[in-house]
Parts: sequence; C-alpha cells; structure tokens
Amino acid sequence: MTSAQGKAVTSTPSPVIAVEDIRKHFAVGSPIAAAMRRKSVVVKAIDGVNFTLNKGESVGLLGESGCGKTTMGRMLLKLDEPSEGRILFEGDDLATMQGPALRAYRARAQMIFQNPFEALNPRFTIAQSMDEPLSNANIAKAERADRIRKAMDLVHLPDPAQFLERYPHQMSGGQLQRVVMARALILEPTFVVADEPVSMLDVSVRAGILNLFREVRDNMGLTAIYISHDLALVRYVCERTIVMYLGCIVEDGPTEEIVKNPMHPYTKALVAAVPVPHPAQSHAPLPIKAGAPDARNPPSGCRLRDRCPHAFDRCAIEEPKATRIGARKVHCHLFD
Amino acid sequence: MSDNILCVKGLKVTYSVGTARIRAVDDATFDIPKGSIVGLVGESGCGKTTVARALTRVMAKAAGFEGGEMLFDGVDLLGLSEADMNKLRWRDIAFIPQSAMNSLDPVYTIEKQLNEVLIQRGGMNRREARARAEELFDMVGIDPRRLGDYPHQFSGGMRQRVAIALALALNPKLIIADEPVTALDVIVQRQILDTLKSLQERLGLSVILVTHDISVVAYVCDRIVVMYAGRVVESGDTETVLTQPFHPYTMGLYNAFPDLQSSEGLLTPIEGHPPDLSDPPDGCRFAPRCPFAQTPCSTQNPTLVEVGSRHVSACLRVDEAQQLREQAAQTQTWMGAI
Ligand SMILES: Nc1ncnc2c1ncn2[C@@H]1O[C@H](COP(=O)(O)OP(=O)(O)OP(=O)(O)O)[C@@H](O)[C@H]1O
Ligand SMILES: Nc1ncnc2c1ncn2[C@@H]1O[C@H](COP(=O)(O)OP(=O)(O)OP(=O)(O)O)[C@@H](O)[C@H]1O
Ligand code: SF4
Ligand SMILES: [Mg+2]
Ligand SMILES: [Mg+2]
Repeated sequence: MTSAQGKAVTSTPSPVIAVEDIRKHFAVGSPIAAAMRRKSVVVKAIDGVNFTLNKGESVGLLGESGCGKTTMGRMLLKLDEPSEGRILFEGDDLATMQGPALRAYRARAQMIFQNPFEALNPRFTIAQSMDEPLSNANIAKAERADRIRKAMDLVHLPDPAQFLERYPHQMSGGQLQRVVMARALILEPTFVVADEPVSMLDVSVRAGILNLFREVRDNMGLTAIYISHDLALVRYVCERTIVMYLGCIVEDGPTEEIVKNPMHPYTKALVAAVPVPHPAQSHAPLPIKAGAPDARNPPSGCRLRDRCPHAFDRCAIEEPKATRIGARKVHCHLFD
Repeated sequence: MSDNILCVKGLKVTYSVGTARIRAVDDATFDIPKGSIVGLVGESGCGKTTVARALTRVMAKAAGFEGGEMLFDGVDLLGLSEADMNKLRWRDIAFIPQSAMNSLDPVYTIEKQLNEVLIQRGGMNRREARARAEELFDMVGIDPRRLGDYPHQFSGGMRQRVAIALALALNPKLIIADEPVTALDVIVQRQILDTLKSLQERLGLSVILVTHDISVVAYVCDRIVVMYAGRVVESGDTETVLTQPFHPYTMGLYNAFPDLQSSEGLLTPIEGHPPDLSDPPDGCRFAPRCPFAQTPCSTQNPTLVEVGSRHVSACLRVDEAQQLREQAAQTQTWMGAI
C-alpha cells in the first residue's frame, strides 16, 4: 500500500487484518425456482471488498440491512469461509490456519453478538456460560473463577456472586449484554467484532454499553470492528468508518470527515437521512431515489446507479474502483 | 375541548397474569390536538403499545380497563357498545400495529387485503374499491400496478407503506401507528416519515406515532408525550419539551441519545431499570433512578401540573426545573444515582 499524496505517513504499521478482494456468494434456492427446476439463485453477499485494519483501530462497518455486514464479520472470525479472496491476520491466511494456530486465533478474535438473549444458552447459568470458553481453551480449573471475576469487573458487573448463579431470563437486557461482553473478553482477545451490540437495548441502557465498549477497547488496546446501521452510534465509538452498499464498499475514511463531508452519493443520502434529537433539522428531500437494493439481482457497473441522482453512462458499464482522496477512499466514477 | 380530536384522562389498563396484576398503564393523561402528529415515547415496557391498543379497544385477553376516559371527538370510547366501537374502527380510528409489515397475510395479494377493508367494511363495490386502492398506492408512493403482488414481493419499507395505505383506506380522522419505522433503515425510515407527514398535512389527519426514538419525534411530531412505567410524565410541544424539559426522565432520555450534529459530549446512561409493574414503587415511579429524588419523592405521587402553554409535567420538583436542567446536563449527576 502506498500513500501517494497528503501527509507522509511516518511508518506504515503492519496491519492486524488485511482483507483482500473478498467475495462471498450464497446459493439460495427460491421455492419458485426449485419448482420450475431452475438453477438456484446466487446472492452476492460480499462482492469484492478490500481493507486493512491497523492495531488499536476501531472501524465502523456501516450500511443498510442486507448489505453484507454480518457476513463480513463472520468471515473475519473464520465462522464462515470466503468464496474468493483472502483474509490475513497478522500476515497469516485464515483459510490455511489450523491446529494450534487456529485455536490461538479463536481465542484472540472474538465476536460480540447483537441479541444478548440469543447469545447465551438459556439453560446455562451465567457462571456456566462464562466458564465455557475457558474450558474450551483448556484453562486450568483453579484459574477460571478468578478469570470470570476479572471479566465481570471489567464490564462493571461487580459482586459477581449476585449474578453468577442466575439464568439469562433473570437479568435485564443491559446486564445480559454486559455478560455477553465479559464472555467475549474473558480470553483476552486482541481483535473483536461487535455486531450491532446495542440494537436490542433501550436507549437509557445503550449509552452505558457504548461507554463500556470504548473504555474496554482503550484499556485493552483492542482492534475492533463495530457493525451497525446507525451512523450516530458508529460515530460515537469509531474513528474510522467503512460504508457498504450491496456487498461492496462505497466509502472508507475518518468518521468525522464522513459525517461532515460525505463524498459518495450513497453516503450523502445516508448522512442526510439520520434524524437528530432536536427540532431544528433539514426536511429537504433525500438526494437518492427510492428503491430496494436486491442482492440477488444487483445492477451492472456501480451497484447504486439505479438510485443515484448523478449516474451517467459509465456507471452502467464499469464498476467504480477505489479513488484515494486525502485520508479517504471513494468508490464512485464522479471522483476517478 | 373541541380543538382536540382525542382527550385521554386517567386511563388505567391492567394485565392479569396468574395472580399477578401488571399495571401497564396507570393513570395516563394526554390530548391529541386535531390535525397534529403526536409522538408517544418511552422505554420498552412503559405501556406505549398498551395505550395504543386501548384506544382501539382491541386488546389482549389478559388486559382490562380499570378506569379513566378516552374522549374521541367528545364521545367516550369506553362508553360505546362493542358494535358502535366497531363502526369507528378503520372509518374514524385506524391502527397500524407494531411490526405491521410482518403481519400482512402472506397468502393473499395486497389488493385482496385492501378489498377486505374497502368492500367489507367500507361497503364499496369492486370498481370503487379498485379505484380507491390505486389512489391509496399513489398516496404512499407505490406503483399501483403492484396491487396484485404478494407481501413477500415487497421490501420491508414497501410493506410498511402498504400498512399505511391500509390504515388510510376509509379516510380515518385519527391514525395510531405503533413503531412504524423502528425496524427500517434510515433512508427508508426518512421516506416513510416524509410520506406520513405529507399525508397528515394534505388530509388534515391526526396521528399518534408510537416510538422509542426521540430523534423520530423531533423530525416529524408537533407534540410529544413522554411515558415512564405506565404513566405520562411530561407532554407538550416537541420543541419546548426537548429544549426546556421539566421532567428529570425527559432530561435523562435526551442525554442518552447520540446526536450526529453535536460536535462532542459523552452519552450518559440512566442507571438502573424501570420498576416491576406488578409491584410498582410508591410515590414517583422514576424516583429509584432519579438523581434529583428527595424524601417525599418515594411517598408522594406527583401529578401532572401545567408548566407552560399546553405543557405539563409530573415531578415534585417541577418548580426547580431550571436548576435541575443545568445539573442534568452534567454527566456526573447521573453517575451513582442508585
Ligand atoms: N447463509 C446464508 N444463505 C443465503 N443468503 C445469505 C446467508 N447469509 C446472508 N445471506 C444474504 O446475504 C446478504 C447479506 O446478509 P448479511 O446478514 O451479511 O447482511 P447485514 O448487513 O448483516 O444485514 P442486517 O443489518 O439486516 O443484519 C443478504 O442478502 C442475506 O439475505
Ligand atoms: N398480553 C400481556 N400480558 C401480560 N403483560 C403484558 C401483556 N402485554 C404487555 N404486557 C406488559 O405490560 C407492560 C407494558 O407493555 P407494552 O407492550 O405496552 O409496552 P411498550 O411501551 O409498547 O414496550 P415496547 O417498546 O417494548 O414495545 C410491560 O410490562 C409488558 O410486559
Ligand atoms: S458511480 Fe455513478 S451511480 Fe455510482 S454513486 Fe457514483 S455517480 Fe452514482
Ligand atoms: Mg447483520
Ligand atoms: Mg410496544
């Protein structure tokens, strides 16, 4: 990677994660297609994505429902394999990782799931749920209770005795989400993927979990991906944001710049659409055509072209590549 | 008051579950001025859906009215026979249920589902129904040629528009929409809210918009009703309530919300959680979480008092609101309240 313009980068840190031209295609048999004995339909959930994450970076993965965020997150944690391309963790290809190296990766890379009620086994007590990753990682029994207490402290669930023997349904959503985080952190990972970790929580509780996420990340020096469709939340926790649309990246750069001056036509609409909690806000029509992106049948060329107000001939023919503009990368023919 | 389409006074609804009695709505009082959009907000379980359903009198089996009145255009809905109430549904009061977009019947075309309302309820003939259905699709921004489609052929946002079209079918005076944009992406959400707003302006509709998102209220609602644990704690003009809140819960809610336009600032959670409604605390229900609670707050039940023009709040320290507001703006005020 070269930084052709702008300020000289002092020393290019080697990335923790490098995603190289990843694709993930799912074959889905629609009942109608099956009945007509047609070939199954292909969903291009991820379709040519490239990015790197540096140590200690928090990056928001932003985009609307179905754009491929969770699919991307799962591949980063090797819960799913890409159809094409490769993902490197500290230079090692996830696809060929096995044995002790894979076990080590499973401990160092963790997912924080969206729904705390689903992330924990309802028949396990909190203590059992917390113990599971430790026993899977062959941590000595004697050490486990101590590790559990430390992890519970980390997420501000003090006096763990009070919670450890409870079942998930005996706790509030906010408390459960803290347990889910404690469980993800108990093996002291260096890389976490948080998939919409507060979307199931009430507003009054959310703020606490977001603050906790920031605090833990800073204290542990975590490299983090924060998946969300809510730009205001992403801005609160991530200094950098990757905006996705229909399986592709459309814009990647510092969150603050993206919020203040979005460049890609899709990002522009997204930023304009976010409501704010005070009455003085723009009601101007959004700079995008209504439409429902369909991952089974994306437009040729630029995925946005059927909704983009600026689309021109080239957009239908050629897929836009990343254009570097300062600290940003924009995938749009208006900029290349 | 004739400028209100709806006046709710002291509404009480209780669910009976086994021997437990959950006082889901316990003395809710608010007005809906004619031709306005009113946001009903509060955290999960505070009774928003229960209020919305009570207004249509289509409620869960376990639910029962315990008191209060609901004056719709001057008529107490609780005094109507079921048959008379049924005449009002769809024609005068239309309800869009929470996750309406998933409650469309998958085996019937949209037109068929619209016809059920237009023909069965509205007494139209087929031709009239077809014309009205096309008009409705136009209104909510869907191509009328898609009337023959099945729900699964639409995106979530389009299904939500269909639900709005259904509600509009018989030209109601009041639409009650329960979380109509909650599961939707921001771009779709914005388009739905714009549609709702323009319909309200064009048709002179009154709308109750149930939501937990004060940003949505700030975007489209003229007025806001804030609920906490089954009670209305504050209501007034959106702008006034959001900029000059009188209730500590409203102040806390505002602090907990991320704001894309503000440059900095830490989000502040409200520690603790709402009370168990089968055994709510005496006095102010927010007291256990309120950083400003004093001794009387845990025994004395605050009632709604007028704090401005058409602006009411139920807090014992309502006279000190200015000072509380200043303290509420500081994060440390909310730390270790409990
Ligand atoms: N196992 C699967 N089989 C088939 N299609 C899938 C599978 N998983 C995901 N998809 C499809 O891939 C696309 C991307 O899905 P994904 O769950 O990654 O989206 P997302 O951005 O996380 O959305 P959301 O915000 O709704 O969680 C969607 O069209 C989805 O239907
Ligand atoms: N059918 C029912 N039987 C028993 N209790 C119920 C029933 N429906 C709701 N409740 C309880 O009544 C209270 C109010 O519920 P309601 O659904 O009105 O809340 P809400 O404000 O709409 O919440 P949300 O934001 O989660 O939709 C809650 O404590 C809930 O658990
Ligand atoms: S490449 Fe074309 S269609 Fe795509 S966003 Fe840019 S202008 Fe719009
Ligand atoms: Mg997802
Ligand atoms: Mg509800």
